[in-house]
Amino acid sequence: MAIALRGVTGQAPAMVWHRDTALPEGLDLVVLPGGFSYGDYLRCGAMAAHAPIMAAIREFALKGGHILGVCNGFQILTEAQLLPGALLRNAALRFLSQDCWLRVERNDTPFTRHWAKGDVYRTPMAHGDGNYIAEAETIRMLEDTGRVAFRYVAENGRLDAGDPQLNPNGSMNAIAGVFSENLRICGMMPHPEDLVDPLMGGEDGKPLFTGLVEALVG
Amino acid sequence: MSAKAQRTVDEALAREFGLTAEEYGNVLSIMGRTPSFTELGIFSVMWSEHCSYKSSRAYLKTLPTTAPWVIHGPGENAGVVDIGHGLAAIFKMESHNHPSFIEPYQGAATGVGGILRDVFTMGARPVANLNALRFGDPNNPQTRRIVDGVVRGVGGYGNCVGVPTVGGEINFHPAYDGNPLVNAMTVGVARQDRIFLSAAAGVGNPVIYVGSKTGRDGIHGATMSSSEFDEDALAKRPTVQVGDPFVEKLLIEACLELMATDAIVAIQDMGAAGLTSSAVEMAGKGGVGIDLDLDHVPQRERGMTAYEMMLSESQERMLIVLRPDRTEQARAIFDKWELDFAVIGHLTDTGNIVIRHKGAVEAEIPLAPLADQAPVYRRPTAPAQKPQPMEPIIDPVGVEQALIRLIGCPDLASRAWVYNQYDSTVGGQTVRRPGAADAAIVKVEDTEIGLALTTDCTPRYCRANAKLGGAQAVAEAWRNITATGARPLAVTDNLNFGSPEKPEVMGQFVDAIAGMGEACRALDFPVVSGNVSLYNETRAPDGTSQSILPTPAIGGLGVLENVRQAVGLGMPDGCDVMLLGETKGQLGQSIWLREILGAQDGEPPELDLAAERRNGDFVRGLILDGTIAACHDVADGGVLVAVTEMVMAGQAGCVLDAPQSGMRPEAFWFGEDQSRYVVAVRDGQALATLAAKAGVPCRRLGRSGGEGLTLPSGSTISKARLLAVHSEFFPRLMDR
Repeated sequence: MAIALRGVTGQAPAMVWHRDTALPEGLDLVVLPGGFSYGDYLRCGAMAAHAPIMAAIREFALKGGHILGVCNGFQILTEAQLLPGALLRNAALRFLSQDCWLRVERNDTPFTRHWAKGDVYRTPMAHGDGNYIAEAETIRMLEDTGRVAFRYVAENGRLDAGDPQLNPNGSMNAIAGVFSENLRICGMMPHPEDLVDPLMGGEDGKPLFTGLVEALVG
Repeated sequence: MSAKAQRTVDEALAREFGLTAEEYGNVLSIMGRTPSFTELGIFSVMWSEHCSYKSSRAYLKTLPTTAPWVIHGPGENAGVVDIGHGLAAIFKMESHNHPSFIEPYQGAATGVGGILRDVFTMGARPVANLNALRFGDPNNPQTRRIVDGVVRGVGGYGNCVGVPTVGGEINFHPAYDGNPLVNAMTVGVARQDRIFLSAAAGVGNPVIYVGSKTGRDGIHGATMSSSEFDEDALAKRPTVQVGDPFVEKLLIEACLELMATDAIVAIQDMGAAGLTSSAVEMAGKGGVGIDLDLDHVPQRERGMTAYEMMLSESQERMLIVLRPDRTEQARAIFDKWELDFAVIGHLTDTGNIVIRHKGAVEAEIPLAPLADQAPVYRRPTAPAQKPQPMEPIIDPVGVEQALIRLIGCPDLASRAWVYNQYDSTVGGQTVRRPGAADAAIVKVEDTEIGLALTTDCTPRYCRANAKLGGAQAVAEAWRNITATGARPLAVTDNLNFGSPEKPEVMGQFVDAIAGMGEACRALDFPVVSGNVSLYNETRAPDGTSQSILPTPAIGGLGVLENVRQAVGLGMPDGCDVMLLGETKGQLGQSIWLREILGAQDGEPPELDLAAERRNGDFVRGLILDGTIAACHDVADGGVLVAVTEMVMAGQAGCVLDAPQSGMRPEAFWFGEDQSRYVVAVRDGQALATLAAKAGVPCRRLGRSGGEGLTLPSGSTISKARLLAVHSEFFPRLMDR
C-alpha cells in the first residue's frame, strides 16, 4: 500500500504506530492497509479496532476526514463501527488469493471519480474472511442510499451473487466495498494497490488512487 | 516429565534418546563421568541425524559450493549470493516432513516459520516463500487430510507473516502415503555490508533471548525427525511445535530494526533442538564458552526443568550475542515490538557450555569434543533395483486422448486450487505469479533487479536412476530459471530419503549427490545451503517399512538485471512456436507411460550437461535481446503438454504442424527428452538460422493464434475444455 501511495502521489505516506494516540496534522487521507493485525487470532480486526490510535482515527472520521480501509483495514473499520456490517469466513472456508472483477457502483465519490459508473476492473484479492454480511435492514439501507461502492461481478459486468465463480467469498449482494454515510470512508476487501504498475500485471487499481489525489489535493 | 527427570542415566536411557551404545560410550569418554540427565539430552539431540548430519556429512562435502558470486556457502544459517548493486540474496530450503504427517497444519506452518527465521537471522528481509510438497496416493483416504492440513498450514503462516508464497511443486505417489514431504524455502534480500553470522565472539558479552516464551512443545522433535515412524506415529503429536506467525512478523521487524544498528555480534534462530543447538553452535563456531542461567529464560509454563528448557522447540525464538554497551538499546527495540527480551547468560573463555538452573549446575560440557567427536558414518551402500526394461509400445488411445488424460492427471493438473490459498502478491513486488512463468519472478524493491525462483525434482527418475535423477533435478531448476531469461546463480538442496541404515537407500543417497555435484559443476550452479531429511519411512503393521522415493529437491535462484526482460508462458498471436533441443522420443519413466500404459519402466531420459548449458545459454540470450516472446521448458509430459500449458496460460491458441517424421507420434509428443524449450518468436526461420550456428537443434512446432489447440489431425480442443480438464483434479479430490 505504501509503495502504491508513493508511486501515485509522489510522496511517501507518514506511517503511524498503533500505540500512538494522535495523528499527524493536516492529513488528506488516512489509509488502513491490509495485513493480519495482532495475528487476527480473534475476529479479524477486532483487536486492532481497540488499538490506542483508533480513538484519533474515530475523531478524524467525525470531523469529516477521508479514510480508506483495504482488506484487514476494512475489517478494522467494521469492527470499529465506522462502517456497517461484518466480514465472515469465506463461504468455501478457505483463504482465497486470486484476481476478481469489481463493478463500480457510483462514480460521484472521491474514491471512484476516475471510473465511470458500471465500469468493471480487475483486482487481486487475498483474504480468508471477506464474506460481507449485515442485517437485512442494513443491507436494504446500504442499497437504497447508494452506499455500495463495489460488487464482485463477471468480467463482462454480470452480477450473480449465488455463483462462487463470480462472488468468490459469498458476500451478501456480492458486496466487495461500502461507503460511510458521508461517502468519505470507503472499505473494501480486494487490493487495488497491488495492481497499479504494468510490470505487476496492470494498472486496473490505479484510478482509485489518482481519483483520491485529484479530489483531496486538487 | 519431572518424574522422568529423576531417572538414572545409563545406556538404556541413552538408547531411548536415540544414541547407540558406541555413541554413548563416546559421551562417557568425553565427559569422564556419567552425564546428567540434561547433559545426555544435549548430546542426544546434537548427535541426532537431524542436527549432526552423521550419515550424510561425508558426502555433502563433495558438492561444489563456490563461485565468484557466492558470499557464504553451506555452514551458515542460509546461503548468500551477490545479486549486484551491493545487495545479496539469502536463501535456504528445509524439510518439516515428520511433523507434517503427525499434525499437517502445524507441521507445515512451523516449517515455513523455521525457514523464514534461518533467512532473516542473517539480516535479510524475506521477500518470497516457495515449497516442494509430496503427498501419497490421491486414492488413499489419508492423503486428503494431509493435503488439506499442509496447504492450510503453509498459507496460514505465510499469509499472516506477510511474505508472498510465489512458487512450488507437488507430486503424488503411494510411496509418500505414510510420510509426506514438506520442504519450505525462503528467499530474502540484504545489503552485502549488513550480513549477520552465527559465530559468537567477545568473552563477557551478554547472551540474549528474544521472541516467544519457552514451553514444553517440540521436546525431542529433532530426535523424532531422526527415526522412522512406527504404528504409534500419531501418538507423537505432542512433539510437534505450534506456530505463531504474528510473533514471527514482530520478530522479523524487531530483528531487522536491531540489525540496522551495530549492536549485534552474532545471532541465530532457535530451530531444531532449540536453545541447545543455538547455544552450542554459536559458541562452538566462535571457539568460546557459554554460560546460561535458565532462571532468566522467559517461560510459558510453570515448573519446567533444565532438560525441558534446553530441548524445547517452542517457535519464534532467537539467541543473540550483543555488544555489552548496547543491551538497553536492544531492549527498547524489543519492548516496542512487545516481544520478550532477556539476558540469559554470557560468553566465557572456558570452552564449555554451562547450564545453571535454580542455583545448581545442570550441565557442563566441553564444546569442542561435542562438535568434533560427533559421529560420522559411511554407511554400507548397495545398488538399487533397476527398473524393468520397457516393453514394446502400443499406443492404445491416440495423441488427443492421451493429452486430455495427462493434463488432468494428479502430477500435471492445475495447482491453482493450492496456490490460490497462498497470498502471492503481498508486498507488491510479484512480477510473475504462480503458473505464469517457469520460475516465479519477484522484483527487488527500489531496484530493477528481478529474482527468478523455482523448486524442482522428479522423484520417479531418481528411483529409476538416482545419479541421473540428482543431476536432472539440478538441470531442471537451471532450465526453469533460464526459461524466464534470468541467469541461474545457485541452489539450495533438500535431500529427502529413506532410512540410511538400508544399504540401497544409502546407495541412492550417494548416487544422487554424485549426480547433483556433476550437474552443479557443469552448470556453474553451486550449492550454497541445504538440509537433509533421512528416515522417511513408513512402517506397516506387519513390521516391514517402505522408503519414500529418493527426493533431492532443488531450490534454484537466478537473477535478472532488468526485471522487465522476464518472459512467461503466455504467447502473443502470430508467432512461430519453435522447439529448441534434441528430441529422441524417450518415453522411459515418462508420465505418458505411467498414465496411459500404467507402467513405470525403462531408464529415465538421458541428460547431456554440455547440451543443457549450450541450449540454455542460447535461449537466455534470445530472451534478453527480445527475440523470444514466450518460453517454457519441456518437462513432465513432454512437448505437447508444454505447448498446451502455454496455450492455457496466455491469450493465444496454437496450431500445430505434423510431428517429426521417423518417430512414433506419442514418442515425439510425450517423450521427456531433457534440455529442451518451447519458444514463441516472430520469425521462426531467423531463429532456425541462429540455432544452427549455435549448434542447437531447432524445429517448428506450429504457429500461435486462434482459440485453443489445433492438433496436426485438424482437431481443435478449445481453451475452455483444456482449462476445465486441467482444473478438475484438486477440487474433485478436496472439495467433495
